[in-house]
Amino acid sequence: MSMLSHDVIIVGAGLAGMRAALEFAPGVDVAMISKVHPVRSHSGAAQGGVNAALHEDDSWENHAYDTVKGSDYLGDQDAIEIMCREAPSDIRQMEHWGVIFSRNDEERIAQRPFGGAGYPRTCYAADRTGHALLHAMYERVMRRGVKVYEEWFLLSLIMEDGECRGIVALDIPTGQVVSMRARAVVMATGGYGRVYRTSSNGLVNTGDGMAVCYEAGAPLMDMEFVQFHPTTLKSNGVLITEGSRGEGGTLINALGERFMKTYAPNAMELASRDVVSRAEQTEILEGRGVDGCVLLDLRHLGREKILERLPQIRELAIKFAGTDPIEVPIPVRPGAHYSMGGIKADFNGATPLPGLFAAGECSCVSVHGANRLGGNSLLETLVFGRRTGAFVNDYLVGRPMPSPADTHRVEQEKRLAEMVARPAGERGWALREELGTMMNRNVGVFRDRAGLEAAVTVAANVAERARRQWVMDKGKIFNTDLTEALELQHVTELARVIIAGALAREESRGAHFRKDFTTRDDAKWMRHTLAHPDPDGPKLSHAPVAFTRFEPKERTY
Amino acid sequence: MRIEIEIERSCPGEGQAARFQSFHVEVPRHATVLDTLMAVKNQEDGSVTFRRSCRSAICGSCAMRINGRSGLACDTQVEGELRRHGKLRIQPLAHMPVVRDLAVEIDPFWARVRAVQPWVERPREAEPSWPVEQETRMPQSAAEEMDDTSKCIMCMSCFSACEVAEVDTRFLGPAALAKAYRFVADPRDTNTQNRLATLNGGGGYWDCTRCNQCVEACPKDVKPMEAIVHLRREAIRAGFTGTIGSRHITDFLSIVRQEGRLNEGRMPMQMKGFNPFKLLPVLPLAWRMWRKGKLPLPWHWPIPGVSQVRRIMDRKGGARRKSFVVGKGDLK
Ligand SMILES: Cc1cc2nc3c(=O)[nH]c(=O)nc-3n(C[C@H](O)[C@H](O)[C@H](O)COP(=O)(O)OP(=O)(O)OC[C@H]3O[C@@H](n4cnc5c(N)ncnc54)[C@H](O)[C@@H]3O)c2cc1C
Ligand code: FES
Repeated sequence: MSMLSHDVIIVGAGLAGMRAALEFAPGVDVAMISKVHPVRSHSGAAQGGVNAALHEDDSWENHAYDTVKGSDYLGDQDAIEIMCREAPSDIRQMEHWGVIFSRNDEERIAQRPFGGAGYPRTCYAADRTGHALLHAMYERVMRRGVKVYEEWFLLSLIMEDGECRGIVALDIPTGQVVSMRARAVVMATGGYGRVYRTSSNGLVNTGDGMAVCYEAGAPLMDMEFVQFHPTTLKSNGVLITEGSRGEGGTLINALGERFMKTYAPNAMELASRDVVSRAEQTEILEGRGVDGCVLLDLRHLGREKILERLPQIRELAIKFAGTDPIEVPIPVRPGAHYSMGGIKADFNGATPLPGLFAAGECSCVSVHGANRLGGNSLLETLVFGRRTGAFVNDYLVGRPMPSPADTHRVEQEKRLAEMVARPAGERGWALREELGTMMNRNVGVFRDRAGLEAAVTVAANVAERARRQWVMDKGKIFNTDLTEALELQHVTELARVIIAGALAREESRGAHFRKDFTTRDDAKWMRHTLAHPDPDGPKLSHAPVAFTRFEPKERTY
Repeated sequence: MRIEIEIERSCPGEGQAARFQSFHVEVPRHATVLDTLMAVKNQEDGSVTFRRSCRSAICGSCAMRINGRSGLACDTQVEGELRRHGKLRIQPLAHMPVVRDLAVEIDPFWARVRAVQPWVERPREAEPSWPVEQETRMPQSAAEEMDDTSKCIMCMSCFSACEVAEVDTRFLGPAALAKAYRFVADPRDTNTQNRLATLNGGGGYWDCTRCNQCVEACPKDVKPMEAIVHLRREAIRAGFTGTIGSRHITDFLSIVRQEGRLNEGRMPMQMKGFNPFKLLPVLPLAWRMWRKGKLPLPWHWPIPGVSQVRRIMDRKGGARRKSFVVGKGDLK
């Protein structure tokens, strides 16, 4: 098959990827590939909202301060300033593009309070903000007529002479392996929540782009920082929004106690996410859990309030946990929710590899540092998606179309053929469960040296077995058994990077909590972790944090 | 619990015709159909093919026919299905060619969606320039007018359930038309007239038979059929009165206004005029009805309370929804 050719290839058609695609000048030939149809991307699952200092009484500086503090001073302040300054414009742009934001009495975009923010600055579309943004963005993509290769799976980057010259991808419906050359490649493949067994993320969030870029030599930054959301359903990790606690819901243990009083006597259930998740985990580990969970009690709110303010939550609890919160408490537990780390990129999306750019959750700019604030990640996709698109548009000037060799495709074709040909072996899902369970236990809310060292061994072992896993489906057309096998290889690779970073970082900061190093150590660890691929496992180096105006302080809420 | 699941499997591209295959798997009590399919794929047969992404009823990937009804696999509980139907039988969505097993071709569906020009369209001068200083002012009531239709996740369940789509390949279908109404109802959009004109023809909003199947199939309560009814109302208001569908509505109303009740005998003449050539095709039907004693006489006196009927109609007409402003937004 001949090689496809586009000026720019954007991998991933979630919010970040589509936002980037809309920034190119009309003459530029932009193509997107996505392993699922664009509106099936996980951006659509976001519920709560997106932050911007829209109101006259608020300011981008306040937003930046809250973000820096939330990041536990690991966020790069130059990038954070850019994001917060440009946020209002990006939100209004989306409004003009058709997003149906909820409105206040002045007919302006309504805003609600969110965790860790000093002002109600979270814009929302009922409790379907991500869905509203994603569909409006896709409407613009249809209007522009951007070419989208739907259900194409990224296999590898085409790297020659140290620069990125395109990608190799699998056309899932036909089973063809195809080379696509480009003058620039933008990665926008989302997060890696599915490295963990319990995750609020959809089944597609396997961090493919990060893993593929890492293999190609792009460093991954701050991967040890994984946000755990305190209230996810036991059965399948589906998120129960923070709003349920905002409305007065309480967390109780097996003894019926509101245990948050011992961990955060003032803020109680509304303490920051990392604090609540650690409290829950402690209760569960010390035997005061209920079947591996704690209970989110909404009963005292009464039927009327639940039906009026939390109808979707009730629906989710009934559908996915078989419990009606009007009558019984909902079993919940912390679940992996957001990947603070990712492909190292600057605030124009540029990665250390020439020709390769990244935006959205797969990138690490870093605006979230050690802990991201709710409502800031949708914002990140809009601001840095746009900036990356605009920057790459200019980057193309004078950059010739490369002519890469066909060997990259042949290599991938061979790799897939070998995977499919294997007649027997271990099934991927079992390996995935083994890895995910271990990650939850050893590299979850609490970490310590012994647990992390054990994790290194288990992950290396699973990675080795994953190379020999058994793909049962021998067909060519729509072979999802094969794509799941590839995803498993990606999550195991990323798990190893997360573990290495967590083991090295001997302090507690934001979402990374070490039981053996319980405090923040600015002298030694106010720096980013960079991971580089190596046959013996990830090699780590470090990069400084950018400071502008905010001095590090102790983080209390 | 250990359950049996029957899956319709096929792969036209490899010449495999449709057949049912049964699997027995162990699933937890509150398992969804998606959980069950995943258990089958993981443990029994890795080649069983279906789409999924969010597993929380928001991405629209996993629609299929479950015991004959179109819906989402990820929000349908197995227990309820077994209780109601005594079995669990899974098939791909209807009215779309199958790629493999439960995965259907999605292009035909999206082509229909694109046909309604699904985006807010405004004159170039109304497009904001960077930095964007102002949002459009819009009352919450206007946002609510679009609430139902904007909830759509494009899962295609309604299209699969649609009885018109089954017989008429031109029909754009419930989801695309609901999407069209979402923009017709949007005060920011200035393309309404054009949209209504395009959809006034074959395949558009007049081709719906109002069977309500889409409303019942929709997992997100979008109520596509209601959106189609709203489109018809807007079309008539906007002056698209030439189609049989709109004539039916206006003539129906005008007869009721005159006589205080529907006069079925007059409807054909009202709609087609006193043109013998146009009325000719109705005659065989009229003859058959007359023989069965079912032909209503076209001449009546108005019912005694006709003035009250007219008053009710006037009052109803006055109560237009205020939030609805076609093509008029604050674009400055
Ligand atoms: C349940 C939930 C609720 C959330 N709520 C909020 C909230 O209220 N506010 C907020 O700010 N943030 C929220 N977030 C976080 C936020 O939604 C995400 O960080 C953000 O949407 C990520 O967008 P993205 O464009 O980077 O990636 P995604 O939307 O995940 O898109 C990734 C794209 O990459 C493609 N892709 C991936 N791998 C491959 C491959 N191998 N080949 C080809 N294509 C590939 C996918 O098909 C997809 O199109 C929430 C997250 C979750 C899970
Ligand atoms: S998997 Fe997303 S709707 Fe079912």
